[in-house]
Amino acid sequence: MNRKKITRGNTIRRSTRKWFPLFLGPVVCAFIIGFVWPFVQGIYLSFCQFKLIADAKPIGFGNYVRAFKDAAFAHAFWYTALFTVVSLVLINVLAFTVAYVLTQNIKGSNIFRTVFFMPNLIGGIVLGHIWSMIFDGILSKFSTSIVMDSKYGFWGLIILMCWQQIGYMMIIYIAGLQAVPEDMLEAARIDGATKSQALFKVTIPNVMPSITICMFLTLTNGFKLFDQNLALTNGQPIVMQEGGAAIKTTEMLALNIFTTYNNSSPNAHGTAQAKAVIFFILVAGLGLAQLAYTRKKEVQQ
Amino acid sequence: MSKKLFALVLSLSMVMTMLLAGCTSKPEADNSTPPADSTKPGTEASQPIESNNTDAKGRVYWLNFKPESDEVLNNVAEMYTEKTGVPVKIVTAASGTYSQTLNAEMGKSEAPTIFNVGNQAGVRDWTDYALDLTGTPIANELNTDAYNLYDENGKLVSIGYCYECYGIIVNPDLVERAGHTMDEITNFDTLKAVVEDIHARAGELGFDAFTSCDMDGSSSWRFTGHMANLEYYYEQEGSTWTECPPTISGKYMDNFKNLYDLCINNSLTAPTDLSVGGHDASEEFRSGKAAFQVQGSWEYEGLKEQVPNATMIPYYCGVAGEEKAGLNCGTENCWAINGKVSEDDQKATMDFMVWCVTDPEASRMLVDTFGVMPYKSAAESTNGFLADANEYSNNGCYVMNWATNFQPNVDEYRAALVSALNAYNADQSDANWASVRTAFVDGWAAQYAAVNG
Repeated sequence: MNRKKITRGNTIRRSTRKWFPLFLGPVVCAFIIGFVWPFVQGIYLSFCQFKLIADAKPIGFGNYVRAFKDAAFAHAFWYTALFTVVSLVLINVLAFTVAYVLTQNIKGSNIFRTVFFMPNLIGGIVLGHIWSMIFDGILSKFSTSIVMDSKYGFWGLIILMCWQQIGYMMIIYIAGLQAVPEDMLEAARIDGATKSQALFKVTIPNVMPSITICMFLTLTNGFKLFDQNLALTNGQPIVMQEGGAAIKTTEMLALNIFTTYNNSSPNAHGTAQAKAVIFFILVAGLGLAQLAYTRKKEVQQ
Repeated sequence: MSKKLFALVLSLSMVMTMLLAGCTSKPEADNSTPPADSTKPGTEASQPIESNNTDAKGRVYWLNFKPESDEVLNNVAEMYTEKTGVPVKIVTAASGTYSQTLNAEMGKSEAPTIFNVGNQAGVRDWTDYALDLTGTPIANELNTDAYNLYDENGKLVSIGYCYECYGIIVNPDLVERAGHTMDEITNFDTLKAVVEDIHARAGELGFDAFTSCDMDGSSSWRFTGHMANLEYYYEQEGSTWTECPPTISGKYMDNFKNLYDLCINNSLTAPTDLSVGGHDASEEFRSGKAAFQVQGSWEYEGLKEQVPNATMIPYYCGVAGEEKAGLNCGTENCWAINGKVSEDDQKATMDFMVWCVTDPEASRMLVDTFGVMPYKSAAESTNGFLADANEYSNNGCYVMNWATNFQPNVDEYRAALVSALNAYNADQSDANWASVRTAFVDGWAAQYAAVNG
């Protein structure tokens, strides 16, 4: 019996060794075609001036200099950072709360879960237009609109993103909460822990892996946000600086890259490309840092 | 069991992805497969290649600039393919996304053979990709070179295929019902008197003076693009710009303000509600809810049934001598031929263009959608507003050229102007007008520097 198992394992291992390129090949190909090559080309293009990709000519660091000197890009960075922090906190706290409530054996909790999850199935650009109608419908009663004040634009986008993402994060938290061992909670109860003590000392440390995932998702989603931003305000309102330079007050990084690319300057494409590389490094760096930080807080069962 | 099912679903989705990836790389001539690339902007209709003429070489691919003409162009393309066997593909960029689409399409191996180069900025961007049209069969068909665009070396980069005019379109029947006549309106003061009288009695008359002046994306260009032209036009002081000036002075901002204020304060929609938008100004005009609308000659086809007497008057704005003003005439619709495609394709494209402006049936269809085509053998225009433009010229009025085409970094420039106008509409204070002026004048210099710096 024992011997047979080992032989079978060996056969499997041997054929795995022999055939692995067949199974790995398509994925590796797709990954190279769809990710690695465009990424390498993108980095190369960020050092070029180009109109069409075929005619790119290298110009050194000029694009990066222009990108860093651009006041609108700097504004977009800080605006995005603020948006990300606020949306990260709100989405995670609310999603966890909803998940916690819906795991307390409430009647019809399955219906609630489905309904809360549904907004996530609607595409971003559609959501942006729908919500701009909702907000304008309310704001027009006060003779104003979402594009009139950057405060409206900011909180409008926060509300939109909360509405869209809470349901998704809730599902992840529910899965995490259901995996918390019942005997651990029971032991805590027997030891006389209050409900809030049980929540903070037992439940939350045990759902830390879910928190890691959800924070990573909301952080990167916040930074990469584009469709909703474009459809809701498209950067309006615009503030004119001394000398006429225009700052789009509700423009986030991705939208800034997009509008830069479509400028009619001969350097527009290269500069946008440089911004995109900076953007990638930022998102990757922040995402990894956050992962490393929350990983430390996870507990082994 | 469930694990197996999961694995099955996963592998299925992988196979699907591979298939889809395979589809995108297939040649587009394959009619049976719908394009898998759903993110492509605009609409696309590739003509079936039914080659009944085996001599046909080359292909035609027209990247169209005017969404409203898409259907007609496709019909014309189909006619041509039926007659000659040359495949003609029409792709129309969605409204406001033409430059994005052009950038994307020009990089492909099956690049457009006809594309639009509508102003000097476009000439500078695309001259390396355009065929010199000097002395070509299509250039020889032109009856005017007024709409041709040359680069700095004198290369003929693009030639106009239609021109347009804009101004204020008026429903004379409504003006008369309010007890006025069209002859009364000869300058800003008389226009203002009529407009304000109609607006004051809107409740009693059952219609208002101006249609809604929305500031959303579907309507704001009527003001930031078209009405702004009056300021640029008069600032040229009799000459015409040949290239984008680095700065403008804003000398005629007060005149722009005159007309702008008149429009927003005497319309169906209160100024404070304009930033939300969502009103259909053209429908308001067609259905007789308002007598005036800031619009252009392309509207004629859509309203000639309901408002047969519609006429167009100039932007009267309080400039001295404006009794002699005419309409704003010009074009952004200019054909360029891609110089980087094969010679067969260029030849096929040239033949197609000549056919478009000489074939009676095809040019009739095209003229009806474009308004007019400045070619010797093209069909006659039936556009009432363009007839108005001619009448003004014949009466010795000056034509206001489209100086607005020089707006630097146009999308960003107009976006900033919309934002400032929104604030002004909500509260018509001097401070808010000062920021409109900043966006209008300083914004020009800043965008010029951004593009050329």
